[in-house]
Amino acid sequence: MTWRVGTIVSVHDETRTARSITLDVPDWPGHLAGQHVDVRLTAPDGYSAARSYSIASAPSDIKRFEITVERLADGEVSPYLTQEVAVGDPLEVRGPIGGWFVWHPEQTEPIQLIAGGSGLVPLMAMMRARAAVHSMMPFRLLYSVREPDAILYADDLRALAAANDGTAITYAYTRVAPKDWARPPARVDAALIAQATWPASQSPTCYVCGPTPFVESIATLLTAAGNAPDRIRTERFGATGDVR
Amino acid sequence: MNPPTDDYLDGNAAAGELSTIFAFDITAAEGQCAACGSMKRFAEAHVYTQSPGFVARCAQCDAVLLRYVRTGERVMIEARGLSFLVFDAT
Repeated sequence: MTWRVGTIVSVHDETRTARSITLDVPDWPGHLAGQHVDVRLTAPDGYSAARSYSIASAPSDIKRFEITVERLADGEVSPYLTQEVAVGDPLEVRGPIGGWFVWHPEQTEPIQLIAGGSGLVPLMAMMRARAAVHSMMPFRLLYSVREPDAILYADDLRALAAANDGTAITYAYTRVAPKDWARPPARVDAALIAQATWPASQSPTCYVCGPTPFVESIATLLTAAGNAPDRIRTERFGATGDVR
Repeated sequence: MNPPTDDYLDGNAAAGELSTIFAFDITAAEGQCAACGSMKRFAEAHVYTQSPGFVARCAQCDAVLLRYVRTGERVMIEARGLSFLVFDAT
């Protein structure tokens, strides 16, 4: 797979620290919901750094896709992508990458999505893909997020829930919950898994994305709840995402 | 020699770099760990990136499956920790 040069066609701040960037890539082959791309920045002196970012948009025929980048305080790439880039700028990308952490519209089992923070991004692509093909397959999302202000795609999530056509969303706040929220801020635990996710007897496929400790914790809880390990698909991210 | 517990990613994170070597998707490829015999998708491997390249370890037993280093014009892969890898060639 080779690097291609795309052009930024829109930028949109999702939260104080996260920005969505839409790229137009002339020879883009198209993607599946759940896949990611590598983005490479090269300095004038030739130094380069690459990072992986999940695609947030649904698959489409137009040669265009959206990524969402969360700014890391000590990041080498994310501060540039969230603060410096502008419409019209070129950006080097490689992808689409990954054929395992993906959702295909042909799947007929219930789908359980569990996101930790910006782990929502590839799962959002799956929900958008479901909506785009008017699938009636039942989806549940359990979204663990620091505080209400950190919610990505807040308007889209509200619209998905309001449509009431088979996507159920549960928020788990870990630091600050909205006023009068029933559950005090806490990590996802066995009780919440039992309450908000498909029972294992329904044989859901579970997609879990988040920082490594989050993914390990959720995978353990899902397995303890009776889900078969081969029905749990995981994708981990972290500040160490540079494999070059 | 025990690896740090939470300081890894997974095979998804290595897939872009490995796409320069393998024509088929590596994340869905099924591999057998030569140490413990478990069969898993490469996406499930624990990948350590704190090196000039990366090291993939078995998610079951932590044994090294694959080492990858790119230095200038050369790429080195050492994969004796994998008995085999099966790719979907469609």
